[in-house]
Amino acid sequence: MEVLKVEVPVMADLHARGEHPEFLFWVGCAGAFDDQYQKVTRAFVKILTFLKVSYAVLGKEESCTGDPARRAGNEMLYQMQALQNIEIFKTYGIRKVITICPHCYNIFKNEYPDLGADFTVINYLQFLDQSVLSGKLELDPQALSNISITYHDPCYLGRANDIYFEPRSILKKLTANLVEMERNKSFALCCGGGGAQMFKEAEKGDKEVYIERTEEALRTTAKVIATACPFCMTMITDGIKSKNREDDIKNFDIAELIVQSLNI
Amino acid sequence: MVKQLVFAITLLVSVGIFYFTINRIIGFFRLTKPAFPVRDYGRRFIVMLDVAIGQTKIFRRPVIGFFHALVFWGFCVIAFGSIEMVIDGLFDTERFLKFLGPVYIVISASGDIFGLLVAISILIFLFRRLFLHIRRFEGIEMKAISHMDANLALSMILVLMISLLGMNTACAALVLRSSEPMAGVYPVSSLLTGIISGFSTSHLALMYEICWWMHILLIFLFANILPYSKHFHVFMSVPNVFLSRLYPLGKLPNMDRITYEVKLMLNPDTMFATATSEIPVERFGIKDAEDVTWKNYFDALACTECGRCTSVCPANITGKRLSPRKIIMDVRARMKEKGPGMVKHGKDFTDQKSLLRDYISEEELWACTTCNACAKECPININHPTLIVDMRRYLVMEEASAPGGIKSVFSNIENNGAPWQFSQDDRMQWAQNIELHIH
Repeated sequence: MEVLKVEVPVMADLHARGEHPEFLFWVGCAGAFDDQYQKVTRAFVKILTFLKVSYAVLGKEESCTGDPARRAGNEMLYQMQALQNIEIFKTYGIRKVITICPHCYNIFKNEYPDLGADFTVINYLQFLDQSVLSGKLELDPQALSNISITYHDPCYLGRANDIYFEPRSILKKLTANLVEMERNKSFALCCGGGGAQMFKEAEKGDKEVYIERTEEALRTTAKVIATACPFCMTMITDGIKSKNREDDIKNFDIAELIVQSLNI
Repeated sequence: MVKQLVFAITLLVSVGIFYFTINRIIGFFRLTKPAFPVRDYGRRFIVMLDVAIGQTKIFRRPVIGFFHALVFWGFCVIAFGSIEMVIDGLFDTERFLKFLGPVYIVISASGDIFGLLVAISILIFLFRRLFLHIRRFEGIEMKAISHMDANLALSMILVLMISLLGMNTACAALVLRSSEPMAGVYPVSSLLTGIISGFSTSHLALMYEICWWMHILLIFLFANILPYSKHFHVFMSVPNVFLSRLYPLGKLPNMDRITYEVKLMLNPDTMFATATSEIPVERFGIKDAEDVTWKNYFDALACTECGRCTSVCPANITGKRLSPRKIIMDVRARMKEKGPGMVKHGKDFTDQKSLLRDYISEEELWACTTCNACAKECPININHPTLIVDMRRYLVMEEASAPGGIKSVFSNIENNGAPWQFSQDDRMQWAQNIELHIH
């Protein structure tokens, strides 16, 4: 076995050398700063390196897309962020962007074009599923085959952008035991973290949304709750903890599951 | 001749009242703001065929959705018969459309069958409302009047169907006794003739007349009550679907005026220029009835308070005050309250109240996760989240009001480009010591 140290290419460095990577990998704030979600970023970068994808990140030049500000009503702050980000994209001539965070994906795909953005955005699940289907990414069907997995649809991939197929297509390659929660696909219940809820106390009620959703996941036979969004991950992991099930139920992102299957 | 005259006067009065009502509503629409340009007629037509005519979203609840679909399709078919009745009434003809031949057989037969199917569906709906405890029919916004409104409309539809079947049955029974050929085919009513076989011919004729008048007068009455009830839905839902927002659910509309201002700020040449007075100062976001878009108001008029939105709302499910249905109902109620004053005295009219706070609380608005479950579920493509975010826009940009956690998010993004308080310089820390194992 060979151990390769992964150097993450930064756009400014490549640009200085006159190189133009095919993709910008947009890490996102949670991808850069959230302890648990950093592991997802690292897993995805491993896959990108493994597949020898031509990519770079913005690094210190990356800034919030403005999504939480926008959904909390601060259109002014959102547009300041967006217009500055679009300027940076233009400087580097970025044409294709990959995101892992569904909120970044949604805002790039649906909302930045209103402000003059001109690039295509691909969600990592679309990218990964394409790589699997085209044979570039060969998943070991044995590695996780006995583990029962359920998938929690993030609102901003599912209902917001109709991405239901790709995650399931990947997970079916990983396990023979993909089980659905009662509310799934377009019926899926939110984790409670979207629309800037993640950053505030919940309003008074009988229950936290993430508890309701976690309980639903726990009613399945799944041992792994697969997520595809940083907020969902925080919420579901909290839910598992508050139900004292962290010993037997795990929450992984799909990118992490792929890395486990590839054993890279 | 007398019958024709009576009919013509009744029709004229009904149309007159209806015209008055619609004019009033158009006046309210004039107070609203632009939403999106209505283009892409081809795509809109397809959405209408799919969601409205095909009833695809109502089938997300397959069982009860099926019965709604029966009522909807029934109404479409029976509408031909109603048009025919108006012609018959005005020109003293009998079953005017019979010249259509085979087409008339289809229209009359399906109208007759659907008469029964609609009646059965309505009985099921009434039973559900009166005797079963359906959670989505409850909620803070569902007052006694909401339930009355629902039961009244259902009862009226039931009587409409009974009178329709009565009319057809009497007609079929009369034809049986004469040598005249039957105009059209009435499979259900023909079976029902057995029940009234004891009636004399004159009684049958009387029954026919009574049912005929009852049916048409009830249609006129129903049409004029609808715009004042939640069942305005019957008229507004198909156009509402045609006028759907065609964007993906995840997209919020851009505020172009903000773009103009932000571009001025980001441009070094105009950064310090004083604000120009070219653009009239308008309120950001939605505070009151005059701030909503024509689409918000259209949504509110088309809503029949079915509560599918609220039943899937994560905030509502977990006991928070937010109910998407209430937000939509509040828009309609507030326009009804403030609209007449604004029509009379202009948009500056104030009654010291507003949609925000007097109807919709901040607590409700901040409970929304923008998950779009409500909008996905709505059978007629009402969009609640854009309205909620527009009200947040007012709160944040006009009043600088937001929960503490949200205010920190704003200042963190302003200061360090992330919702959390981490330095932008630390954005690559995750990238240390990543190892790839190659086998």
